[in-house]
Amino acid sequence: MVMAERRLLVLAAAALLCIAAFLAIGLRGNIAFVLELRLLKLAALVQVGVAIALSTVIFQTVTGNRILTPSVMGLDALYLFGQMLMIFLLGGIGYVALDPQLKFGIEVLLLMALASALLLPMLRSRLDMGLMLLAGVVFGVLFRSLYALLARLIDPNEFAVAQTASFANFNAVRTDLLVFAAIVTAVAAVVAWRSRHVLDVVSLGPDTATGLGIGWAGTVTGLLLLVSALVAVSTALVGPVAFFGLLVAALAERIVGTRRHGVLLPAAGLAGIVVLVGGQTLFQHALGNATALGVVIEFVGGLVFLLLLFLGSRK
Amino acid sequence: MTVLAGFALAALFLLSLAVGVSPLPLGRVLSDPDALQILVVSRLPRTLAAILCGAGLAIAGLIMQTLSRNRFVEPATAGTAQSAELGILLVTLFFPAAALPLKTLVAGGAALLGTSVFLATAQRLPPAQPFLVPLFGIVYGGVVGAAATYAAWQADLLQYLSVWTNGDFSGVLRGRYELLWISALMVAVAWFVADRLTIMALGREASVGLGIDYARMMQIGLVIVSVITALSVVVVGMIPFVGLAVPNIVSRLMGDNVRGTLGWVAAGGAGLVLACDIAGRLIRYPYEIPVGTVMGVVGGAIFLWLLFRRDGHG
Repeated sequence: MVMAERRLLVLAAAALLCIAAFLAIGLRGNIAFVLELRLLKLAALVQVGVAIALSTVIFQTVTGNRILTPSVMGLDALYLFGQMLMIFLLGGIGYVALDPQLKFGIEVLLLMALASALLLPMLRSRLDMGLMLLAGVVFGVLFRSLYALLARLIDPNEFAVAQTASFANFNAVRTDLLVFAAIVTAVAAVVAWRSRHVLDVVSLGPDTATGLGIGWAGTVTGLLLLVSALVAVSTALVGPVAFFGLLVAALAERIVGTRRHGVLLPAAGLAGIVVLVGGQTLFQHALGNATALGVVIEFVGGLVFLLLLFLGSRK
Repeated sequence: MTVLAGFALAALFLLSLAVGVSPLPLGRVLSDPDALQILVVSRLPRTLAAILCGAGLAIAGLIMQTLSRNRFVEPATAGTAQSAELGILLVTLFFPAAALPLKTLVAGGAALLGTSVFLATAQRLPPAQPFLVPLFGIVYGGVVGAAATYAAWQADLLQYLSVWTNGDFSGVLRGRYELLWISALMVAVAWFVADRLTIMALGREASVGLGIDYARMMQIGLVIVSVITALSVVVVGMIPFVGLAVPNIVSRLMGDNVRGTLGWVAAGGAGLVLACDIAGRLIRYPYEIPVGTVMGVVGGAIFLWLLFRRDGHG
């Protein structure tokens, strides 16, 4: 296990390097102004990377499945649907008049409620993995369609206050939510870290975990609520991302070579930072097209998903 | 039952002619030249387009389910539609002046290629886990779609792309939908080979044993599916779930003899798309909701019902 910890340190060094590169490359002009702008964006990117990575690892452990991610199960589509539902019910003016932080808080709670209403029965009935995946993907399509339907029903003026992105744009992050989101992410990360041993036990499956003294239903509900909060943070900040979590979780597990959560959780968070901050730096300076990172990550992540599906099914 | 279904379809047809932003009293059509104009230029083409698209996509779904021997496969869940989008995007990028039939041809070729890759790969997935095939197909379609999005983004064509990805009949006028008649031709071809398709559903060994040229039939089936999907994508945009919901419901009611169910599948697809289009026109009258969006909600709900119904077989 010393090996795993050493690799974790390498990963941390890589993350720091990416952060330094993101802040320092091409720094000129009004340095204080540029740095402030970059620091804000960096804070958002780090948060999104960590939030998606942690939520994916926890979700995979709870469902006992390596290729399941919250967004494959349609959670981010659910968040957008919840947001649109609020606009639909309150009206655009009522929605805008709400304090953004309060609004975000309500949206997070709404997602937590909707997600547990949807996922807990599925987990409890212990569905076949393929069926659950397929159902999740279709739920995603259904909620995206419902979102589009509601979007058509409201006034065009009201639609302008909704989040219009259909895929993540890491270049235009919502900085107004940054502080509140940071608190949510930090609390969730601390909770995740403190439950790392519980997660190790949960990964043994419901029967063994219950035998070892874990209250299965309660623990899983709590962990799913944690996942919902993290998904809400990342979706609110940049928009929906389908396969980024999968990419990062698979990468982290390959690098540290263990599913012990004391190592895997920080590794996934760091890998998330490396891919997101490093990728953004690369696209901004080397490839000259900063907005395309989201699409490229979807493309590569989708290929990783297909590969995992294929390899997993042949075993 | 046949009579009842015929009446239902005829009622939807008339309703679709009558419903729209400008009122069209069907009784006065012959005496009022304006009303006649609206009917001939807009309503009739729109209604026919919905029928042709719905029937074609439902048949395409039926054929794909027969060829892949999996109940949950259809053009939108096998990368067919996304490949067609990528094809038409590339031809728009490199040969913007190309005529619509040529673009359709390229889209059809791309759809054929994408679907062949999907079927070749899907055959290697273990048959004991039927849910892996559509899952693989959906993500495969997503990856092809991401490639299309990236290309469209680079070329500032994202709005074009959304025209092809979300089906909408509101732009259909006389002179803009006639290509869709080719999918009626494809349905006729499917009728011609229906018995052989039924045997294909038994698998490669059994069909070869019964004297079917398996590879040849596979090609014919793929061409029918690709042409129908490409036409739909190019003329009105993709409509999801039609090819999934209709054949599954029909096969529950009347079994798997393709010759016997083909007509029902075609009529069911036409009726479903027509009904969704009428609903899209009425929900937020006088504005319109694209049929692709309505179908995403209706079809998604039907799909989940098919997945979770208790007496599930197949």
